[in-house]
Amino acid sequence: MDMSARPLVEVRDLQVNFVSREANVAAVNGVSFDLMPSEVLCIIGESGSGKSVTMRSILRLHPPRRTVIRGHIRVGDYDILSLSERAMNEVRGAVVSMVFQEPMTALDPVYRIGDQIAETVMRHEGCSHADAMARALELMELVKVPSPERRLRAFPHELSGGLRQRAMMAVALSCRPTLLLADEPTTALDATVQIQVLIMLRKLQRDFGMGVIFVTHDLGVAAQIADKVAVMYAGRIIEYGSVADVLMRPAHPYTLGLLSSTVHGQSRETEIEAIPGSPPDLRHLPPGCSFAPRCKFAIPACSASFPPLVAVGPNHAASCLRVDVVRQDSMALAS
Amino acid sequence: MSDLSITGAGATADPNAREAPPASQVRGYWGNVWQRLRYDYATLFFLALIILIVASAVFAPLIAPFDPNKASMAHRLKPLFFRDNILGTDEQGRDILSRILYGGRTSLLMGIAPVVVATIVGGLFGVVAGYAGGKVNTIIMRGMDVFFAFPSVLLAVAISGSLGGGMINQLITLTVVLTPPLCRVAETATSQIRSMDFVDAARASGASTTSILFNHVLVNAISPVLVYASTLVSASILLASGLSFLGLGVSPPTPDWGLMLSTLRQALYVQPIVCAMPGVAILITSIAFNLVSDGLRQAMDVKA
Repeated sequence: MDMSARPLVEVRDLQVNFVSREANVAAVNGVSFDLMPSEVLCIIGESGSGKSVTMRSILRLHPPRRTVIRGHIRVGDYDILSLSERAMNEVRGAVVSMVFQEPMTALDPVYRIGDQIAETVMRHEGCSHADAMARALELMELVKVPSPERRLRAFPHELSGGLRQRAMMAVALSCRPTLLLADEPTTALDATVQIQVLIMLRKLQRDFGMGVIFVTHDLGVAAQIADKVAVMYAGRIIEYGSVADVLMRPAHPYTLGLLSSTVHGQSRETEIEAIPGSPPDLRHLPPGCSFAPRCKFAIPACSASFPPLVAVGPNHAASCLRVDVVRQDSMALAS
Repeated sequence: MSDLSITGAGATADPNAREAPPASQVRGYWGNVWQRLRYDYATLFFLALIILIVASAVFAPLIAPFDPNKASMAHRLKPLFFRDNILGTDEQGRDILSRILYGGRTSLLMGIAPVVVATIVGGLFGVVAGYAGGKVNTIIMRGMDVFFAFPSVLLAVAISGSLGGGMINQLITLTVVLTPPLCRVAETATSQIRSMDFVDAARASGASTTSILFNHVLVNAISPVLVYASTLVSASILLASGLSFLGLGVSPPTPDWGLMLSTLRQALYVQPIVCAMPGVAILITSIAFNLVSDGLRQAMDVKA
């Protein structure tokens, strides 16, 4: 990849707070990353780590009155956080589009699949309904829905979960976006369907040259689809790097913990190592490393201030004070 | 149009692999509702009954055996099947059947018109309140709560009493009474729909707020609102009859079921069965509307 090219997406020091009368939830606390064109970035993290919030910020889908977003987001030539709502609507669906987790609820139950795809096409390209339906048919073939003509006339509840997710992708791809956001698109699907959808997504991504930000908590899915991986914890990216580096040679104890807590062909007798404790309360984050209370490598300095990202290799960084110790441990895991 | 250049070979499906359209057509939402309704014989029966009642009110001048306002001193309070007066006569010797047929016009108008207006007004306020949330919601819904604080009959009597009698005032009264509950149903439905993923999905694909409101929220909120509105038709008929009974509705000699009951009650010991006839008309009509709305609720239950 040409590393001198300008990144498609630039996120700098993104902070998202949800403010209500009762509490101020710091969901994202200074996230920065780049995404090159036609690259797939996987954001991994457990529930509440801020991965979906980060992604929805790129489309500004948060309720404006209750959300405070700071930082800088650039997608292509658009400075997302300074656009007017009207200009934002031009970006949504045309430049950046999104696939949701639940294909069950992400399609409007009262409209036929074809009309839902055509709606987006007509909105952004201003073409006739007939043209939009022709495009919808093309898209349905593209996402490999069997007997697409019939499915265009079907209602969402008449399709299976896998077909619905494909239809959802057809909606998302309808205007050839340069950036696709996928919010755990395979989590609600069967394991077999999951693989099919992932393979299809990867292929479409290559064909279209799209940048993809893919949110998941499934390391196996990340290994399948990602070029780059960002691991999030308590609203921060704590490790970032190429998929091979992060998943094979993790440098942050949290990533290491995630990997050792997954099932991957160990013998049955081996205890699966779980990460002790639970994620921090986002309303009252400790000043230091948010993972320190659960970390077996933690030293007193960890709780003093948040550790900066340190490079541990080319294009691989982790925000941990004890990177060297952790890496020795992860080498042991790998061998 | 076909600028979706497809480089992958397998992407354009083999035309032979395409299935022929199946024999059973995919039905629309209303098609599905009709399919479920088709085998619900009880609902169909009462639907037919409603159509019959409406038709007999509309065509009253054609089918009524007598002039509803023609009094006859000689034939006051006659029993059922007295000569041609099948349902007997009232205290002024007017034919009960003819008066019931004509009275159906006012009663059905009172049942349907306020509900339609209240559905539009209440539904609109409810959808706006539910979608906007926050202060707008508080202002609209607390405003509606003011009306909720009174029992509906009391509220109707109070409004009717201050506006005075007459058909227009009665329609206004009923509309005001029926708006808050419809507003609340619309608000609840909307705030549920607002948090659904497809609203976010529509926004993520660039839909404006108005477009989301009309194309996605309103369309989904409409079936619970319609079902609830249909249950209110019978309530509205009953309420209107009650107002007329109390003298707060249409003025005599206009035939009206409630008003007929009110004037006939003095003759209750003379001709009990004849006096009950307008009540029977009210009973049958409101039961029919109630059961049909029950059936509609089941048939319109959207499977998402």
